[in-house]
Amino acid sequence: MLQIAINESEGTPLYLQLVRQLKHQIATGRLAPGDELPSVRVLAQQLVINPNTVVRAYRQLDEAGLIYTRRGSGTYVADRASPYSDAERRRILSARLDTVVVESRNLGYSMEQVVDLLRERDHVLRVEQGPAGQQEDTRDGRS
Amino acid sequence: MEGHESGAVMEVSGLSRRFGRKEALSDVTLQVQPGQVFGLVGENGAGKTTLIQHLLGAYTAQSGTVRVFGIDPVYDPTAVLSRIGYLSEDRDLPLWMRVGELMRYTQAFYPNWDEVYAERLREEFGLPTSARIKALSRGEKAKAGLLVAVAHRPDLLMLDEPSSGLDPVARQDILAAVVRTVAEEGRTVVFSSHLLEEVERVADHVAMIHEGRVALDMPMDAIKATHHKYVIRWPEPRPERPDLPGVIHAAGEGREWGVLCEGEEQAFAQAVRATGGEIVESSVPTLEAIFVARVSA
Repeated sequence: MLQIAINESEGTPLYLQLVRQLKHQIATGRLAPGDELPSVRVLAQQLVINPNTVVRAYRQLDEAGLIYTRRGSGTYVADRASPYSDAERRRILSARLDTVVVESRNLGYSMEQVVDLLRERDHVLRVEQGPAGQQEDTRDGRS
Repeated sequence: MEGHESGAVMEVSGLSRRFGRKEALSDVTLQVQPGQVFGLVGENGAGKTTLIQHLLGAYTAQSGTVRVFGIDPVYDPTAVLSRIGYLSEDRDLPLWMRVGELMRYTQAFYPNWDEVYAERLREEFGLPTSARIKALSRGEKAKAGLLVAVAHRPDLLMLDEPSSGLDPVARQDILAAVVRTVAEEGRTVVFSSHLLEEVERVADHVAMIHEGRVALDMPMDAIKATHHKYVIRWPEPRPERPDLPGVIHAAGEGREWGVLCEGEEQAFAQAVRATGGEIVESSVPTLEAIFVARVSA
């Protein structure tokens, strides 16, 4: 069963929560090309959300080329599914960096200090994670 | 739905209602379209139940009009009620009956009653045929009420505070049954609730009723797209609520203010910059936060 948690107290529109979590699962390989997704009906009932919310999330993923629907047969993860376009990757990271920039201003850091700290953290994480840490750190896909 | 112009399942326009001196509903105009899950939210006593009673033909409109399937429910209650499944807040089930008797009894009123479906629901809800309604738990009573409301496969399912007074597990079961009704059959659902989290989960259109008036009437997507929550900071303390476009509610003092507003994000950000302020946090508010902001505004 697809492990997805919808949280109505988060404020984020539910279809977006669904889109993000499915993208994340595709990015991390938990959902592999060719995997079948539950039908709209089944997923709506599993998550206890409006079926239209699932329809909207699936449509968005379909438009992004991440999944495809075969009429009368089901919905599947697309073959060379690359969850995030360049523009989207940039947008996701920019949004995160914006909060860092604002926060660092508030804490009185200069931009040079922030860049230094960023390098330092990168180093720490690489050491902690060992060689595997060289891979793409997909934890950023969650937001 | 056949035979009327708007195609709406339910249409209320300019509806007002007084009880003595109290104005329970004031110029209420709403439409429910086929296939919608329409959430009616508001505090206790806001007028939700009074509105639902009008839809069922229990009250005559003092002014304005009420149409369900294009029909005035007061003049032709049979035509309307035969196509509605209704679960009232106090369930009002015959307590002395057994579950099986309740099912047979209700079946007699509805030619469309689906015995197989009713039996499947009874099993899923874990309701023993021989159990007396009186002896059922609150959650089980709600499920029994829901069973007899949906087993004739109504075009419109109307639920008045379906999960009121229920524990989280029973609430989830009731919501799941609502979702299934919509998912499997594309029925229209109108449900009232003061639990905004559950409305946020299942409704695709929301009407907020406050003191008998419609405070907001929008598709859920539009509500989520147009409402924003910001924390704004200024270099200098601001003694008064900042004058910014679309602000529904603002709270704070000094340099930092939290605002909930309606409108376009970029225009708002520009307006903030024009005052010398900076948005330090931005998020999408929950339906509950939007409701509280609008009601306390």
